[in-house]
Amino acid sequence: MADRDPLRPFMLAGTFFRIGALNELQYRANFAVQLFQSAIAAGTGLAVLALVFGQTTNLNGWTQSELLAVMGVHIFMGGVIATIIQPNMIRLMEDIRQGTLDFVLTKPEDAQVLVSVREIRIWQAVDCIVGAIVIVVAVVQLKVSFGLGQALAFGLTFVLGGLTIYCFWLILTVGAFWVVRIDQIVELFEGVYQSGRWPVTIYPGWLRVSLTFLVPIAFAVTVPAEALTSRLTVDTLALATGFAIALLVFTRWWWRFGLTRYSGASA
Amino acid sequence: MTSQAELDRDRFIPRAGRIRGWVDLYVTMFRIAILNNVQYRVANYFYMIGMIAEPVIYLVVWSTIAREQGGQVGGFTPGQFAAYYIVWTLVRQMNIIFTPYGWEERIRQGELSAMLLQPLFPIHRDIALLAGWKLVTIVMWLPIAAVLTLLFSPELNVRPIDIAVFAVAIWGAYLVRTMPYWILGMASFWTTRVGPIFQLMFTAELLLSGRLVPLSLMPEWAQRLADVLPFKWTFGYPIEALIGHLPDAELFGGLAMQLLWIVIGVIGVRIVWRFAIRRYSAVSG
Repeated sequence: MADRDPLRPFMLAGTFFRIGALNELQYRANFAVQLFQSAIAAGTGLAVLALVFGQTTNLNGWTQSELLAVMGVHIFMGGVIATIIQPNMIRLMEDIRQGTLDFVLTKPEDAQVLVSVREIRIWQAVDCIVGAIVIVVAVVQLKVSFGLGQALAFGLTFVLGGLTIYCFWLILTVGAFWVVRIDQIVELFEGVYQSGRWPVTIYPGWLRVSLTFLVPIAFAVTVPAEALTSRLTVDTLALATGFAIALLVFTRWWWRFGLTRYSGASA
Repeated sequence: MTSQAELDRDRFIPRAGRIRGWVDLYVTMFRIAILNNVQYRVANYFYMIGMIAEPVIYLVVWSTIAREQGGQVGGFTPGQFAAYYIVWTLVRQMNIIFTPYGWEERIRQGELSAMLLQPLFPIHRDIALLAGWKLVTIVMWLPIAAVLTLLFSPELNVRPIDIAVFAVAIWGAYLVRTMPYWILGMASFWTTRVGPIFQLMFTAELLLSGRLVPLSLMPEWAQRLADVLPFKWTFGYPIEALIGHLPDAELFGGLAMQLLWIVIGVIGVRIVWRFAIRRYSAVSG
């Protein structure tokens, strides 16, 4: 890997994004289908909030508008995961199982970058739009001054959260080098991700710790939502940043370690 | 005049031993499913832990509300919510049916051709194989239930009659739920864009079955709507049969309602199948 241009991963991602987008743009009716499904999902979320706040006015210190913000971030991040993170990881699992990862490893690019950007499901990004709308509605309802500082804090924590989830997914997927059949992980993750619909502070201690460090839902959803609702402290921001960096470094090492277990096609 | 299919079936299962034949068939499929799934214990555990996240979330949210409202909400204390959602995990496992999404693959890949060659209506295969899998996961569920019980301390006092009815009702729920989704899956014979239809059904079921919250917490109109739909007999009823201290009329009336919905479902499956199979043409098998 002679090429050390730091922008190269982004250029690669851009190229794959274009190819993926062109591919999916052939099937435009899928946009309507996805929009319909996202609308139903968001409607269900609103119905659940209405049920909860039909019984109480505040859930563990969070008002209805604040929980709406949490829901918006949850949908938005769910869209990011479904658009780019999960499709790539599912393809990587398949490639490891079938031995077709050879085609990635023989290319003169960083293999970790390649396996992370090859697939894109652009219609899933509809969830990002729906999530953004819910976030805007929630912020308007909150009737607090929402300045540039808060927007930046939200943007930063959201990107850190996305990176953390990516690392988590890749760490699990690399497990396929040892345990071949791990496709059930997708359902495991989707199940656990639903917990992010509520701020992790409502969960009992053992679960809160698990949802922070074991499955980093707290960093992916709750922390960005805290930034939106003026709850974010400097300590939390520092922890989120430190955790994301540490996890990125570990993921890099873990990926290389996993590769040493890979024996190739038709082995 | 008997059709060829009936002749084949008679050869496969002699008339005299018809019932024994069915029992043999189901027992054999149970054994296949059990042997298959015991191999993939880790994958099954991943699957079950993912599934348990859902009720734990509901449980935490509603227990929090109950505590904030001075100990109970809609007649449920945190301990009763715990009992409801722990029993939920078993009912959910029993409820798993052949996914309607599986039909697209079945049709596209021509798997259905092979099934049509067997002298057996394909639904038996789906019911038997998944039932065998459930026998494995019920055993795997026991330690999970024990852990959840330690963590959330449910209030549970059940009578022997509740347990007996529950043991029947969970299998009834499985059959009640099988038929509508089988019918829905057959929509794949007409269109490949079945996702939105399925999602509407899943959403209606989530809200009107007692899966999301006990139905008594839903608004009055939603409860009336749930009364005329099959969903509550697959989730809410089996759970409440065990933990809800239902009077005998409701306890046994529920089993009768399950039977009614199974009969309606079987009729529906037969009618839709007749039309659907005419649309089928396979490439390979």
